[in-house]
Amino acid sequence: MSPPPVVHAVNLVKIYQNGGVPVPAVRGVDLRVEAGQFVAITGPSGSGKSTLVHMLGGLDTRTSGEIWLDGKRADTLGESAWALLRRQKIGFVFQFFNLVANMTVADNVELPALLAGASAREARERREHLLGELGLTDRADASPAQLAGGEQQRVALARALANRPSLLLADEPTGNLDSRNTRDVLRLLGEVHRDGQTVILVTHDARVASLADRVVSLLDGEIVDDGFIGATRRRPRGTAGDVVELRG
Amino acid sequence: MRLSLLALLAKEPAHGYELKQALEQIFGSAYPPPNIGQIYVTLGRLEKDGLVRAVDVEQSNRPNKKVYYLTAAGRDALDAWVDEPTEGPRVRDEFFMKLVLAPMTGIADRMALINRQRRHYLGLMRDLNELADRTDREDYVALLLIEGAMLHLQADLDWLERCQEDLS
Repeated sequence: MSPPPVVHAVNLVKIYQNGGVPVPAVRGVDLRVEAGQFVAITGPSGSGKSTLVHMLGGLDTRTSGEIWLDGKRADTLGESAWALLRRQKIGFVFQFFNLVANMTVADNVELPALLAGASAREARERREHLLGELGLTDRADASPAQLAGGEQQRVALARALANRPSLLLADEPTGNLDSRNTRDVLRLLGEVHRDGQTVILVTHDARVASLADRVVSLLDGEIVDDGFIGATRRRPRGTAGDVVELRG
Repeated sequence: MRLSLLALLAKEPAHGYELKQALEQIFGSAYPPPNIGQIYVTLGRLEKDGLVRAVDVEQSNRPNKKVYYLTAAGRDALDAWVDEPTEGPRVRDEFFMKLVLAPMTGIADRMALINRQRRHYLGLMRDLNELADRTDREDYVALLLIEGAMLHLQADLDWLERCQEDLS
């Protein structure tokens, strides 16, 4: 028997109440993600992308429907059980970082690994590796408030990856980055994917989405497309000069 | 090709082979290696149009070589080209025509068209990512070209999203 999907959402619905008026954000989403898959979720703003990924990480409650993680029912868990689940196997990158303000960058990144039971040395080595990959080695002793938005965003990614989560959930992980920093993030996400971790991320950035195996498009809280990115008919033969042909 | 040759000659007179080498050096992998025959054909046409002139320079043990220089008319043509704004990217492309005309054919579903096109663009983006990874970090002209192509694709994807919102 094949292992259960890492994530399985069944007819997931989220309706917010706005001054007594129900506002549907997610309207019956079915999503099944197998281990090791990299899924990008795209769609216009207000299409329910962030709400969906927040529900999958237990950061927002569902209105109805089911969430199964590794074959276990998760939508019925309480807050503390979700917190434990996140500590053990889910990394989450928030759109607005949520770094701990009175801790250094290094401590922010090491904390999840320490909470998950890593030794101080393991946590430090992992943190050094992640900050190095993201070009943040010399910011380790800074506090989050001293960092630019793009730096905070990369720290948030490093923190989410600190305990090698089997599932990485991310909400616009490159939203505040320039192209060079985006390249670092893309490289790290590629590494995470090659290591067999499952990745589900919400993104507007086509460079990030194109790394995914599969793209899910949302519109008005519903999935309107779900499929694999196909090979293009014309592969670039080798150099940037061919970009001209690629576009022609 | 015409205007890149004029630009190179604005810097200093040169013969055909030097122009080929200069193009390769400036553009790196951003431009397919120019063919020497094509360069001579273009120089011939520029000469015929009065934009460049050639002088024969004697070489010992070898046939004379032609050194080209820019004429005043060539300088004017180059200045005009540099000074004028360049046309923007085309939006009314074949996909746009399909999207607009699809309902009339009674076959194509617009949402399906948009979804397919999105996947195709993402496939192209993936190719560009791989190309950027393969490109030498020092080859900044090539990297800028790739980045430009990526940004255009991003705009195309944003536009598809807009179409999907408005047509649904």
